[in-house]
Amino acid sequence: MIKSATDSTRKVNLLISVDWTTIILYFLLVIIGWVNIYAAVYNNEYQSIFDISQKYGKQMLWIGAALFIILLIFITDSNFFSFFAIFVYIITIGLLIAVLLFGKEVNGARAWFEIGSFRLQPAEFAKLAACLTIAKLLSFLNPKTHIIRNWVLILGMIGIPAALIILQNDTGTALVYGAFVFVLFREGWVSTKFLFFGVLVIVLFIATLITDPLFLVISLIVLSLIIFGAMRRRLKEFSIVTGIFIVSGVLFYAINYALKKPFELHYVFAASALLASIVCVIINIQIKIANAITIIAMLIASLSFTFTVDYIFDKVLSEHQRLRISVLLGMETDLKGAGYNVHQSKIAIGSGGFLGKGFLKGTQTKYDFVPEQSTDFIFCTIGEEWGFLGSTIVIGLFVALLLRIIFLAERQRSHFSRIYGYAVASIIFFHLTINIGMTIGLAPVIGIPLPFFSYGGSSLWAFTMLLFIFIRLDASRLELLA
Amino acid sequence: MKNPYSDRKLSIAVIILIIAVIFIIRLFYLQVIDKSLKLSANNNVLRYVTIYPARAFIFDRNGEMMVENQAVYDLLVIPLQMPRGKYPGIDTLELTSMLGVSVEEFRDALGKAKKYSQYKPSVLFKQISSMRYATLQEKLFKYPGLFTQARTLRTYPRKSAAHVLGYIGEVDEAKTKKNPYYKSGDYIGISGLELSYEEVLRGKKGVQIQMVDVHNRPKGSFQDGKYDTTAVVGHNLKTSIDLDIQEYGEKLMENKVGSIVAIEPATGEILCMVTSPSYDPNLLVGSERSKNYPVLAKDISKPLLNRALQAKYPPGSIFKVIQALIGLQLGVIHENTGFPCDKGLVNCHNHPTCTSVKQSIQHSCNPYFYKVFQRIIQQGKSRSIFTDSRIGFQAWYDLVTQFGLGKSFDSDIKYMKGGRIPTINFYDKWYGKGRWAFQTIYSLSIGQGEVEIVPMQMANFAAIVANKGFYYTPHLVKEIGEEKIKDPRFYKKNIVPVNANYFDMIIEGMSNVVSAGTARLAQIKDIEVCGKTGTAQNPRGEDHSVFVAFAPKENPKIAIAVYVENAGFGGVWAAPIASLIIEKYLTRKISDPNKELRILEFNNLEKSLSFDKKRDRLNKKSQSAD
Repeated sequence: MIKSATDSTRKVNLLISVDWTTIILYFLLVIIGWVNIYAAVYNNEYQSIFDISQKYGKQMLWIGAALFIILLIFITDSNFFSFFAIFVYIITIGLLIAVLLFGKEVNGARAWFEIGSFRLQPAEFAKLAACLTIAKLLSFLNPKTHIIRNWVLILGMIGIPAALIILQNDTGTALVYGAFVFVLFREGWVSTKFLFFGVLVIVLFIATLITDPLFLVISLIVLSLIIFGAMRRRLKEFSIVTGIFIVSGVLFYAINYALKKPFELHYVFAASALLASIVCVIINIQIKIANAITIIAMLIASLSFTFTVDYIFDKVLSEHQRLRISVLLGMETDLKGAGYNVHQSKIAIGSGGFLGKGFLKGTQTKYDFVPEQSTDFIFCTIGEEWGFLGSTIVIGLFVALLLRIIFLAERQRSHFSRIYGYAVASIIFFHLTINIGMTIGLAPVIGIPLPFFSYGGSSLWAFTMLLFIFIRLDASRLELLA
Repeated sequence: MKNPYSDRKLSIAVIILIIAVIFIIRLFYLQVIDKSLKLSANNNVLRYVTIYPARAFIFDRNGEMMVENQAVYDLLVIPLQMPRGKYPGIDTLELTSMLGVSVEEFRDALGKAKKYSQYKPSVLFKQISSMRYATLQEKLFKYPGLFTQARTLRTYPRKSAAHVLGYIGEVDEAKTKKNPYYKSGDYIGISGLELSYEEVLRGKKGVQIQMVDVHNRPKGSFQDGKYDTTAVVGHNLKTSIDLDIQEYGEKLMENKVGSIVAIEPATGEILCMVTSPSYDPNLLVGSERSKNYPVLAKDISKPLLNRALQAKYPPGSIFKVIQALIGLQLGVIHENTGFPCDKGLVNCHNHPTCTSVKQSIQHSCNPYFYKVFQRIIQQGKSRSIFTDSRIGFQAWYDLVTQFGLGKSFDSDIKYMKGGRIPTINFYDKWYGKGRWAFQTIYSLSIGQGEVEIVPMQMANFAAIVANKGFYYTPHLVKEIGEEKIKDPRFYKKNIVPVNANYFDMIIEGMSNVVSAGTARLAQIKDIEVCGKTGTAQNPRGEDHSVFVAFAPKENPKIAIAVYVENAGFGGVWAAPIASLIIEKYLTRKISDPNKELRILEFNNLEKSLSFDKKRDRLNKKSQSAD
């Protein structure tokens, strides 16, 4: 049967076997993105969405080109991608080096090739190469043997493009490579604990620098209690421990109040958490509750970490070092002072209300209060003009796409296809989290685009290739015998 | 083949879902719960542009323009729109010469504007005159980033009646807190009619809600102007002032210190309210005000003091008219009561013995009124002269205050002083209870001592006599926006409880004062003037010259009070001034140019001011002695 499969039958098969769900999701996101770019840069003089002198007109051209790329991918043999993965990777590394030497500097990053009026960002395509290569690499490495050699290979493979991109002064894009931790987790290279603590440390580090310490301390205490409750599932123990926390919290608060508030509230609650923990440890030794010590240790470690970050950042680091971290986290990227972008972005999204102001009625985005609104802050336009409803739908579409990719990845017979699928999902997920997170003030301002939405050819094409190579691989999964 | 780690797909799916849920909760908080962001969005994008209506005009009783508006232009700059490197260059010279400023001033102003904002317009130079604007506007296209904005300023074509009209100025913080209508930078009436009729004149501000972009550039109106309000222009005022008379009065009072107030007796309308020295109201307009106000405030001649309302003077002999009326009404004297001119009681001048009230007025006999007042105060109702004086004084007080004395008028004239009619309490405090009697207070009989009256009250008193026993509260406005003023305060007939026939006797006497008494200089051809002179002694030096009058005798059209400080006899200066005003008002011409010339040439300013200086010096000395 396989032998009789000619070119013509394969094409018919392809139309049937491609995952139309993913393709529909892709087109929905791309078209919604295009319409919102139109709304973001809309002005009365150029009303046609097809006007190619404007960003939305150009985005239309990029979308057209993306369709051509999709066609090319579909007529390519599925084995090509696995076979040439390393080759693509090497070319990309070459391009990343070349851009450092010959590239054009835009906004402080030497990340662009300029050919006429056309600009290309190789770092966007480097993601694709990295996804292909990590799929290739992990598909024949075993996490249980030659551990050190394998880790050197993996980290080197991820690290080289990341380092080159950092050299371009585009740290935000380099951080994307961290997303591969999900792939490594899925393939058994990284344990659950590592993932958990890794995520916790990153979240705490960022949260400490961008949120209110009081909020953080209380969240940590509540989180510990929830984990404890979930692990033990005994109401009595849970209420005793909760009671201890509440009593010590109230006690310390009262003392602080009686002393006419000499201390900041978050110190008060941190101290009460410490006291409550000691009491818990004592009770724990008496009645031997399993896991409690671990959770308390985690809580105290988290609290100390939180305060240490704050302290080191404010007291130990020099002004210069502080600035670099701030810039990395996007805390002081604007001349009007730290957080201007995020503040304006929150205002724009917040002013949308439940149903939004309506198409082209967003005043905040239309009148340029939000910077970078067609690229990194495109989500503001959605938030302002389509409200909570529209924002939720967009997030829903992304979640559907990600879950669909995971579902498709899991049904692959080849390791390469599955790992590649996870790599694609990880990259998209990372972009989504950071991009939307920064517009609503939950993540640092790292200048990375919202996949399929943000204005820009390089980014759109890179994500299109990422996704459609996977769709192509998935379409021909049945050709491979399990 | 089952992949050993395939369960981990669930963990990854859960992480994705957790992030999605966190985002959705956060969005719900930002978009649905948190209202402050919506406010911030409006603050970002909406600009409330206030539209000021032009302040209404003020006319005199004959429709002559007293206050109008004049267009001036502010030059504004948006620094970002200026071409780089062009300023300051060769063109700056052309620009500064058109503006009439130095290059340094221009650079300073531009520097300040740049410091304030690169995007937002700020004022470079205020109140460029129409003359300069005419040349400027032709060339302005050469200077991108610069533009002009029209404003209106008050202007006073006749330069007259400064104190009647008052002035406007920027509202202070206390007022903006009390009245939310006013915003910092708004103009408000500060004194005079501008204050009394502030709400009539100012109209109502309008608001235009504009949308602006991040660089503060206008982007059109908000919701097609649905929430805009239009500015409503105020109503013009027609005052009771006769501007010709006002101006003539000011001219006559030049180089003298004092006041002229004239009232139409039948209505209480103030025809003129002259205070001297005064100032040109155009001096206190716009940016000129901050420059000129301190100069005027420091001027030793006190041009900012409205003497017509605020100078408390001893009335002198004109008070005798009141004393006679009170004596008649209380029945302590009658038409033909006579007293010898006993100079042992109080000093007097030489005149025939007065055998009637009429004659006493005509000759202004001091001992006569000493006696009259003695009869009023000591009516013999108690055996103790002290108690008797209290009873008599109270009876006198009850009547004298009916003449509009001792209090300011509830009217549209602002900052009027009440003067002083002493009360029983006043004397009790001064001398002790039961320790004063007629002998202690007899100076009141001839309008000296503790009694103090402002010129407005004197003129009103003349109107009371002209009306034979009533007055309408003096006021300044006839019409608001073509409609007769409706203020009930101006239509309330204030009746003085003195019989009209007593007034007849007094009027006969006052007629004789002019025809054959102390005020012969007040005679006017073909017009019978009734008046009473006063020569008020005062601690400040030479006597004040006082005259109250009304004319014609039958159906009086004008009641007037003239007060010239330190000018001596009332009949010599105040009386002729009053007669000139009366004649001018009634006939619109002056029949005796010599009389006018004599007044115009009379310069008493130095003398008055020297008394002032002396007194100020004394005050300082006594203060330092304290």
